Amino acid sequence: MLESIVFSVLNGLLYGMLLFMLASGLTLIFGMMGVLNFAHASFYMLGAYCAYTISSYTNFWVALILAPLFVGFLGALTERFGLRNVHKHGHVAELLLTFGLVYVIDELVVLIWGQIPVNYAIPPSLDFTLFTLFGTSFPAYRAFILFVAVAMFVAIYLLLVRTRVGMIIRAALSHPEMVGALGHDVPRIFTLVFAFGTGLAGLAGVMAGNYYITEPGMAFSMGPIVFVVVVFGGLGSLGGALAASLIIGLVTTFAVSLNYSVADLLAAVGLGLDGENIAGGLAHIDLSRIGQMLPYLMMVLILIFRPRGLMGARES
Amino acid sequence: MSHSQSSRTALLWHIGVWALFALVIVVLPYIFTSSSSISMMSQMGVFIIFALSYNMLLGQAGMLSFGHAVYFGLGGFFTLHAIRAVNDEVWQFPLELMPLIGGAGGLAFGILFGSISTRRAGVTFAMITLGIGSMVESSANMFTDFFGGESGISGNRVTDVTLFGFSYGPSIQVYYLIGAWTVIAAVAMYLLTKTPLGRISNAVRDNPERAQFVGYNTTIARFIQFSLSGFFAGIAGGLFAIMFEIMTAPNVGLVQSGAVLLMTFIGGVGLFFGPIIGAVLVTYMHTALSGFSEGWILYFGLMFVFMVMYAPGGIAGVIYAHAAPWRAGLFRRLLPGYLLALIPALLAIAGLVAVVEMGYQLSLAYDPSSPIELFYMQINATSVVSWLVALLVLAAGIGGVLGAARVVRARWAEVNRSMQAPGAKT
Repeated sequence: MLESIVFSVLNGLLYGMLLFMLASGLTLIFGMMGVLNFAHASFYMLGAYCAYTISSYTNFWVALILAPLFVGFLGALTERFGLRNVHKHGHVAELLLTFGLVYVIDELVVLIWGQIPVNYAIPPSLDFTLFTLFGTSFPAYRAFILFVAVAMFVAIYLLLVRTRVGMIIRAALSHPEMVGALGHDVPRIFTLVFAFGTGLAGLAGVMAGNYYITEPGMAFSMGPIVFVVVVFGGLGSLGGALAASLIIGLVTTFAVSLNYSVADLLAAVGLGLDGENIAGGLAHIDLSRIGQMLPYLMMVLILIFRPRGLMGARES
Repeated sequence: MSHSQSSRTALLWHIGVWALFALVIVVLPYIFTSSSSISMMSQMGVFIIFALSYNMLLGQAGMLSFGHAVYFGLGGFFTLHAIRAVNDEVWQFPLELMPLIGGAGGLAFGILFGSISTRRAGVTFAMITLGIGSMVESSANMFTDFFGGESGISGNRVTDVTLFGFSYGPSIQVYYLIGAWTVIAAVAMYLLTKTPLGRISNAVRDNPERAQFVGYNTTIARFIQFSLSGFFAGIAGGLFAIMFEIMTAPNVGLVQSGAVLLMTFIGGVGLFFGPIIGAVLVTYMHTALSGFSEGWILYFGLMFVFMVMYAPGGIAGVIYAHAAPWRAGLFRRLLPGYLLALIPALLAIAGLVAVVEMGYQLSLAYDPSSPIELFYMQINATSVVSWLVALLVLAAGIGGVLGAARVVRARWAEVNRSMQAPGAKT
């Protein structure tokens, strides 16, 4: 029991930090530009595939640097030649454009790398057991993911709050005309922010692609849950994204690992329920089957009771 | 012309258009008689209703939903369960009215989820609908009695209880059932746009602050519009269930929701008949393309992105933009530019298709060096020459289109000037 709890906490933290790596870029882009990048998870997938191709020619460490840069470059192109053109039609048009990009990018991945998963492996230098607890081993690569995610959070925070660039970016969000009048190229700032955000998604792809499986469905399996994280944490809030990522990571991991139902719980305290009537049927559903649905349910609930999310500053 | 007379001509004109729409639906099976085209046209009818119901949100009230398939799919599941109950002789309900069960289901869940989601507008609303869509899709694992788990729910549409004595076994009878419902639902949704609710929805879309200031409750307007849209989506889902006799969890899911957004937008959200064009075109292309190309989703995605960027009004919007020059007799002045753009545009498309198809050949085919048949030619995807030629054709086509676009824009400017000139007939 203790073993399962410890490892659920560790795995939940890990999943949460991976979610955060994706959600941070999404929430930054939204916070800075008001653009909800629907294709964010597709850029994440591109990161994994680019890392696979780059590391097959060189090694993982080169890919770790180059793949996010390349994905960020693609993001910059997207902003410069796509989003900027539809900006005048409003945020819904921007959302629609990124929605269309999901189809295009996901299919281009199939076109270039094929339908079957590619063999993107954990680098040998990180492929060892870090420690063994209760007879179960904890791989070093997981610790590396945690380390990169935490470093990323600190770096973004310092960049935004402590540097001049971050100050200009934050100013460009609230008063674009004023910042423009002071001589800053506001459209270029937006391009850079979008490139930065998609680059972060690419970095998440580099880290997660070999931890999970690099295959064309990976964007679709990650996309909706990242949106949930961003809404749950509060749109545009970096701290909220971190908290929401960890909460949702832990909740879903625990739900999957704990194979109990409400009926089991009631039986444990002496209340028997049969599965015949509807209430009984509901109570007999395993927690692991609710697990997939829990994040979405949490999102709907928070939107009812606290529409701006955990730490959001604005309502929409 | 007096006021009452002009409104009577308008009424006659409307009745005429809808009668023509019904006539086309009646006549089509006599022209396209094969069973595959009957099935495709039945699907078109279902998706016309679905896309029109989606446009009640996106086009008429400015609400971008990523979860509209929830009401479509749940409506289908309710209908199929109702049909199974009739077959099990639990109750009696005529098959012709079964889509109403789907509509009631769609309406009920539209009210339930609409009461949560319509409190917000814009991007937040879009995210909530995405969350609800994902929630319902993943809840299919929990409620296996209702959703039927992996294999879904299937039934037999042939019941003994019907209104008109048809068995609805043959697909042609189902086609006419769907056709009748398409006309009824489309007319109903059209009439809804003429009610105060439809007008207030337009106001809420265009300027919510002002609508509020005038005294309308924007949340309630969105909520009613959303619930009614769920009702019509449920009817479409019910017809879908009758047609295919099976419903699976993905029918309520994000892919289906994305598909309806795609077809509605490609058809055009600004005009009532836009989604009809979109549903017909997308269903046709889906059936026609998915047979011989792996890349039909890519083509759809590219087409969608292209339209978002250059033709946000969709196909209907493009048609409508030409109505004024046509009436002013200036349309022929636009023609040369279009003809000039036609050849490079075809070249660009051909180059793109060649690149995409060769790419798929390389990545997906069992033997990439086997030639592919394209434009009545045998093309080898592994040869460098064919890639160079294809890329060259693509580049030349794009260059030509960019050049022709300048001519088209100049012509349009000229036409617009002529139409605004004093004394121009409009």
